[in-house]
Amino acid sequence: MELVKLKINGKDVEAPAGSTILQAAENSGISIPRLCYYPDLSPMGQCRLCVVEVEGNTLLPASCVTPISAGMVIHTESPAVIEARKIILELLLANHPQDCMTCDKMGDCRLAEYAYQYGVRDSRFVGEKHNYAVDESNPFIIRDLNKCIQCGACVRACEEITGKDNLSYMYRGYNRKVTTADDVSYVDSDCVFCGQCVAVCPTGALTEKQIHGKARAWELQKVRTTCPFCGTGCNFDLCVHEGQVVGVKSSPDSVVNGRALCVKGRFGWDFVNNAQRLTTPLIKRDGNFVPASWEEAINLIAERLSEIKNKYGSDSFAALSSARCTNEENYLMQKFTRAVMGTNNVDHCART
Amino acid sequence: MAEEQRIVLRNADQINPAKLEDYLQAGGYQGLEKARSMSRADLIAEVKKSNLRGRGGAAFNCGLKWSFVPTDAEVSYVVCNLDEGEPGTYKDRIIVQKDPQQLLEGMAICGHAVNAKQGYIYCRGEYPYVVELLNLAIDQARSKGVLGDFNIEVRMGAGAYVCGEETALIESIEGHRGEPRFKPPFPGVSGLWGKPTVVNNVETFANLPQIVFNGADWYAAIGASTYPGTKVLTLTGDVEKRVFIEVPTNVTLREIIYNYGGGVKSGRRLKAVQVGGTSGGFIPEYLLDTPIDYDSMRSIGATLGTGAVFVMDETRDVVDIVTHIAKFFKEESCGKCNPCREGTFRCYEIMDRINRGRGTLPDIEHMIQLGKVMERVCLCGLGQASPSPILTTLQHFRYEYERKLIS
Repeated sequence: MELVKLKINGKDVEAPAGSTILQAAENSGISIPRLCYYPDLSPMGQCRLCVVEVEGNTLLPASCVTPISAGMVIHTESPAVIEARKIILELLLANHPQDCMTCDKMGDCRLAEYAYQYGVRDSRFVGEKHNYAVDESNPFIIRDLNKCIQCGACVRACEEITGKDNLSYMYRGYNRKVTTADDVSYVDSDCVFCGQCVAVCPTGALTEKQIHGKARAWELQKVRTTCPFCGTGCNFDLCVHEGQVVGVKSSPDSVVNGRALCVKGRFGWDFVNNAQRLTTPLIKRDGNFVPASWEEAINLIAERLSEIKNKYGSDSFAALSSARCTNEENYLMQKFTRAVMGTNNVDHCART
Repeated sequence: MAEEQRIVLRNADQINPAKLEDYLQAGGYQGLEKARSMSRADLIAEVKKSNLRGRGGAAFNCGLKWSFVPTDAEVSYVVCNLDEGEPGTYKDRIIVQKDPQQLLEGMAICGHAVNAKQGYIYCRGEYPYVVELLNLAIDQARSKGVLGDFNIEVRMGAGAYVCGEETALIESIEGHRGEPRFKPPFPGVSGLWGKPTVVNNVETFANLPQIVFNGADWYAAIGASTYPGTKVLTLTGDVEKRVFIEVPTNVTLREIIYNYGGGVKSGRRLKAVQVGGTSGGFIPEYLLDTPIDYDSMRSIGATLGTGAVFVMDETRDVVDIVTHIAKFFKEESCGKCNPCREGTFRCYEIMDRINRGRGTLPDIEHMIQLGKVMERVCLCGLGQASPSPILTTLQHFRYEYERKLIS
C-alpha cells in the first residue's frame, strides 16, 4: 500500500494514498467533528462541520471528502476552523427546538455534544424557526423534522442499507426537508419500518417510540444479543432499564449486520414483557394445558414419537422446519428425522 | 459610441441564425476542420496557449481543464452550460440566438480534443425559444454532416439558479435534484454518469472556432494578457444604453459605462456598479478605472463573473438592493449544505431587519462574521459567493447601513 506523507497539526503523519483528510487524521489519533459522515454510508460533505484548514487553500475544505496529497499541511483546530465550526453550530441551533430537557436523544445527541465541545450556548442568529407537525403516525418511529439538521444519513441509510429508497428531499434552501414521496407520513409511505433511519440519526429528529419517556440514554444498560427471529443471526443491543427490556438499538460494530435490522428485530421485542408469554412447557391433560417441566415434556415427546414410529412405520413421520431457526438447528432437525425417525421426509419453509 | 471588438458576436445580425448555409458562407466550421487535422494533444496545447479562460465565472484555463480528461477514457462527455440564471445576464442567450452554429462548432472542437462523441447543452428553462433554435441548428448540422460523429442533445433546466453550478447541472441532466456535488473529483475526471466530462460556458465554446482557426497567438494578444480575448457584457440598471457589447478584456469599467453605455441615466452621478451578476461585489465610483479582466476585478474584491454590469445611480438605496439580493439567495440556495441553507436565510433576516430600520450594530458585526465564514466553508460557489454583495457594500457603503440602524 502506497503511503502519503503529510503534516497534521504540526505532526508528521503517513496515511494510505486515497485516504480522506478525516481518515488520515483519525489514523493518527486526531478526531474531527462530523455530523454527516458515516463510514458505512456514501460521503456527502454537506454538514461542513468537519472543515479543516489546508495551507495554500483559501477555502476550508470538508475533511470527510477531501483526499490527501503528499506534503499537505493541515490544521484541524486552527482559529479559522474553530470559528467556522462555531458559526455552523450557531446556525443549526438557531433552527433547533431548545427542548433538550425532555428530548429522548439527550445524552446521545451529536449536535449537543459538539455544541458542548465548542462552547456554543446559544445562537446570535435566532429568527424564524421551522414549525413542522411531528409525525407520530406509526407505532415505532417518532419523526420530528424540527430537530432535523439535514445530514441526509436517513436518506442514505434507507437507500444504501435497506434498499428501499423511501426518502428523499423536497423544496429548496431553508425549506428543504427530508420527505417520503409526496411528503406523506411514514405509515402512508412505502416505509418497511426497519428503523435504519433512526439508527443513524444524530439528533432527536428520528427516535424509537417504544423507548420514549422510559429512560435517559445514559441509564440504559446495553446487552449484546442475537436476534431470535430468523437464522440470519443479526446482533443488537437490548436496552435494559430497571430489569426490563425497553428497546433495541443496532450497532455498527455488529459483525453480521452492522446497523441493519428488520422491523421484527428492532421493534418486535415487546412480547418479552408480555404477561401471556409462555414460560414453561404445557402438557394437555384432560383437555387443559397444564404447566410441566422440560424433562416431562421431552420425555412425553420421545414416548409418543416412538409409539407412532413403531405402530405406523418411519414414513408416517415428516419434519418441516423453519427459516426462523439457525442453520445448526435445521441441520439437527433433518439429522434427527433421518437418523432417529428413519425417514427422508424432510422439508423446510424456505424451500418453495 | 466606442468600437466593439467582436469575436463571438462577429456574425451577429450579419447572418440568418436559422440557416446553416449562412454560417458556412461566413467561414463557419473551418475551425473544426482545422482542429480535426490536429492531434488531440496539439489541439489542447493550442487552446491552453491561447490562455482562453472560462467565461462562466471561475475563469479557469480552458485547455488546462480539458487536459484533466484521462487520455484512455473510453467514454467522455462535453457539456455546455446555458443555464444562464444570473439576474441581469443574457449574453449566452444573445450568443446562441445570433449564431447557434458557432456554439455547436466550439463543442465539436472540444469533443475532438477530449475524444467525446456526445455533447449536451443544458439550457435554462426560461429559454424555450432558444431550445427550438438550437434543435433546428443541430438538425441542420446533422443533415449536412458537419459535426461528423459528434452528437449534441439539448436538455432543459427547470428554473433552479443553482443548476448553473457545473456539478448541480450534471446532477440535473442525470435526472436528480439539482444539488452540487463535492469536488474533487472534478467533472474532468468523474462527471456526467461518472464519466470524464468537460463543462464549459456558451461563451467559452463560442470563442473556440476563431481561436483554432486564427491560432493561439492571435487570441492571446487581444485584451488583458492574463485574461485575453473579449468579453460579452450586458449593461443594465441606471445606464443610458442598456445594451450588450463585446469588448477586449483590458477595457475599464469607466469606459464601459461612459463610452459604451452612454453614461449614467439622466446625467446623474454613479453610486456603484455590480459586475458579474447577483453575487458580484459592489464597486464604488473611485475604482471605475479598473480593467474588467478577471484578475483586475479580483484585485479590487470584485468579480467579472458572467459579465453583467448593473449600474446604480446616486439615488439608489444600496441597503434595499442588497436586501433584495439576500432574498434571492435564500430562495435559490439548494439547501444541501448547512452554512448556505441556514446562512443565506439568516443573512436575509438581518438585512431585512436593517432595511426596515430595526437593525443594530451587533447585527452588522454578526453578519460580517457569518459572511466571511460562508465564503470559506460553503459547499459550492453559490454559497461561497453569496455574501459578497453584503461584505463589499459594508466595505464601501457602510454609512448607508448605519444610518438605517436603530439609533
